[in-house]
Amino acid sequence: MALVEIRDVHKTFGKVEVLKGVSLDVEEGEIVTIIGRSGSGKSTLLRCINALESVDSGEIRVEGERVHAKMPDLKKFRQRVGIVFQAFNLFPHLKVERNITLAPLLTGRTEKAKARALAEDVLTRVGLADKIDAWPEQLSGGQQQRVAIARCLAMAPHLMLFDEVTSALDPELVGEVLKVMEAMAKQGMTMILVTHEMGFARNVADRIVFMHQGRVWEQGPPAKLFANPKTPELASFIASAK
Amino acid sequence: MNFLPLWRYQNQLIDGAIVTLELTVISAVCGLLIGVAGAVALNGRITPLRWLVRGYIELLRNTPSLIQLFIVFFVLPNFGLKLPAFEAASVALSLYFGAYSVEIIRAGLDSIPRNQVEAGQCLGLSGWQVFRHIVLPPALRNVYPAVTSQFVLLLLGTSLASQVATDELFHVAGFIESRTYRSFEVYAVICVVYFAMAMSFKALFAIIGAAAFRWPRRR
Repeated sequence: MALVEIRDVHKTFGKVEVLKGVSLDVEEGEIVTIIGRSGSGKSTLLRCINALESVDSGEIRVEGERVHAKMPDLKKFRQRVGIVFQAFNLFPHLKVERNITLAPLLTGRTEKAKARALAEDVLTRVGLADKIDAWPEQLSGGQQQRVAIARCLAMAPHLMLFDEVTSALDPELVGEVLKVMEAMAKQGMTMILVTHEMGFARNVADRIVFMHQGRVWEQGPPAKLFANPKTPELASFIASAK
Repeated sequence: MNFLPLWRYQNQLIDGAIVTLELTVISAVCGLLIGVAGAVALNGRITPLRWLVRGYIELLRNTPSLIQLFIVFFVLPNFGLKLPAFEAASVALSLYFGAYSVEIIRAGLDSIPRNQVEAGQCLGLSGWQVFRHIVLPPALRNVYPAVTSQFVLLLLGTSLASQVATDELFHVAGFIESRTYRSFEVYAVICVVYFAMAMSFKALFAIIGAAAFRWPRRR
């Protein structure tokens, strides 16, 4: 059984059909990168996987459990599926430590005495142990995004979703975030990323999924997909992304 | 001009000032709770409740506060709710302060970006936890100046309670005036007292604000 099973998912916003029957499996430990033009539905698909959006038809299962906005264990489910956003979304009124420990403490994952150690541990993994007492505003964009990743890691998720996490960063800060993600990939974290970073997609992903007009247009291992695109749409996308 | 006859009434003046402070603080706390609850209801999905809150706000903000007080003190007893003067004034002023607080606090809640709520939900927090820990603190900071200036208006507005014979500062002044016939002097004195209280609260709020909202502003 795949960790994530997506079957014929449709999603419409108003009159626009954003997802037109998407099916996709992601195995445990796999790194899947979703690429495609703006409006191809890739971010929507990602948001459907942790029930930020509900699907109109079809179904999504994570670890065998059917995902939808009214699932009884939605909160527990979301503790198992981390998501990192383009805009970091750190809580500006909480220091880095509290940003990380708030959810583990409130959901009973950790106790007060062990919270700081937990924050130190996940911050070390993203290379920011020295920023534990900083306010988010005092950090650069790249550092904020790494704290956002650490915040997810503190919940020990089984799956992590990344929604264009480097798109809001200055070019010189992209590398440090990608490095952290690469390290996570090596440790066996199951990851689904939506990204415009073709280099990262090529080097780190196990599989590339090219979405076009609300469908999975083409997918396969990066080397093969980039070298021999089967469809003219992917060929022109690769050409324009270079 | 002669302030000397007032000297023997200093204890009454102090007691009056204390009642004024009590009235202000009680009404402010209750009014703020009404404000938070009303703001949540206004942003909520229950339509009849939204209408109810909207009606409450418009009614309270577009009628004289003095009449609201009279209704609580003189009219409600006809319906079996008989309150002593201080309690009646507290209820009326809480409702009055609450009506303004709802709009202020709602503006604060609306100032928090949607993605903050999403980030909290995605960490597995409940709706209440997201509201309490993620939305409310920065929202309160954003409206803190508006709330504190409304508080000072409330402090000055407690003088209305004198009209139902609450023993607050303004009522005490009327009593002293009727005994001494020193109108100018006694009202000059309580004016200074009101001014001093208002300025003290401003200073206090600045200190509280600096302590409570320590995180740096967005650049």
